[in-house]
Amino acid sequence: MDIQLIAKVWPFFAEAAVVTVEISVLAILLGLSIGFAAGLGSLSHNKLIRLPVRFYVSFFRGTPALIQLFLLYFGGPQVGIQLDPFEAGVIGLGVNIGAYMSESIRGAIISVDKGQTEAGRCLGLGHAQVMRKIIIPQAARLMVRPLGVNAIALIKGSAIVSTISLVELSYTAHRFISSTYKPFEMFILASVFYLLIVTVFSYGVRKVDQRVAMD
Amino acid sequence: MGLDFSILPEYSDYFLTGTLWTLALTALSMFFSISGGILFAVLQLNRHAIIRWPTSFIAWLFMGTPLLLQLFLVYFGLVQIGIDLNAFVAGVIALSLHFAVYNSDIIRSAIVAVDSGQVEAARSLGLSNFQALRKIIVPQAVANVTPALGNMMIALLKESALVSVIGVMELTLSAQRAISDSFRPFEFYIAAAAIYYIINLGLEQAVHFAERRTARYR
Repeated sequence: MDIQLIAKVWPFFAEAAVVTVEISVLAILLGLSIGFAAGLGSLSHNKLIRLPVRFYVSFFRGTPALIQLFLLYFGGPQVGIQLDPFEAGVIGLGVNIGAYMSESIRGAIISVDKGQTEAGRCLGLGHAQVMRKIIIPQAARLMVRPLGVNAIALIKGSAIVSTISLVELSYTAHRFISSTYKPFEMFILASVFYLLIVTVFSYGVRKVDQRVAMD
Repeated sequence: MGLDFSILPEYSDYFLTGTLWTLALTALSMFFSISGGILFAVLQLNRHAIIRWPTSFIAWLFMGTPLLLQLFLVYFGLVQIGIDLNAFVAGVIALSLHFAVYNSDIIRSAIVAVDSGQVEAARSLGLSNFQALRKIIVPQAVANVTPALGNMMIALLKESALVSVIGVMELTLSAQRAISDSFRPFEFYIAAAAIYYIINLGLEQAVHFAERRTARYR
């Protein structure tokens, strides 16, 4: 283990870790927005909403995220979508995780007891009102944990944006492996940062989960 | 530049070899990741901390870091210690290790979930520890484990695309090669996505079949 080398290159990794955090947070926010819309859309009674949403979810969950990213970044210009690596990374990851998040949200909504809907309807509330006032508040606490799992998968999955030459943690690790021939050291260094990010994030998810579970 | 999908058949050879390599890569990694998962699970349930802790540490490390990084570690790391692997073997090792860790988590909780009264009952009927494990615990654990393990295997198929980064000519890299010849990324990535999607559907059917078959052991 080459400690001196690690001491010399770690600041590059720290800088790259910031990029990994930025891209992950933005992609998670995008994914949550898409996930909510698609989660509700996939439960819609209207076929014109439900079917396209189901198709989106099935396509993005059924194909590799790497292919989706390449399609967006390299194939995009052919259909008039020109993005820089950062934009493509955020959108590619966000749209991908949105499909998984919509399933977490849909799962949480359908696991709220059916009697709740019936009771709400009996009291004279409309379908939308039942959703907004009765189902979603209860589903919210059920979805924190699965959404947290999705988000953590995204943080690790964000490594794939290194393939479109966005300078984040994995790209930095790869670059230093090529220039120093010290794969173990670089792996450990990048791992420390990933583990740090993932641990902090999991702690946050656990705290939120405890909060919503209490009241 | 408009889209022109009529160019695809010309490159069907790329897709065929790519698909075959993806299938081989996925099938081998599935086999080793499940075997490795069982091994890891058994080690993590060992009563000696000296065996339990290192395996738990490896599991924690591999669960907290990206597969891509692990791929680099295996491919470049083994060269560093003098083992020159070809990219395919490195890809199988990395995928197997990565998913073995996740599988071991599923398998371990499935073993733990089998009621301890089952072992006690088997033991009092005169079965040995090993017999109890093989005839009573494992069949029940297999039924518990199949849905989650099936999902992992579906994830493995999709993650296998990452192996293109170290130069394995699987489906993703084949598409890239065809693109560098035809300069039509959109069409070829859509085609590759469609092939992944079809394999994925087949795999989902296989998982449903396995779930139905094992459900009777519950």
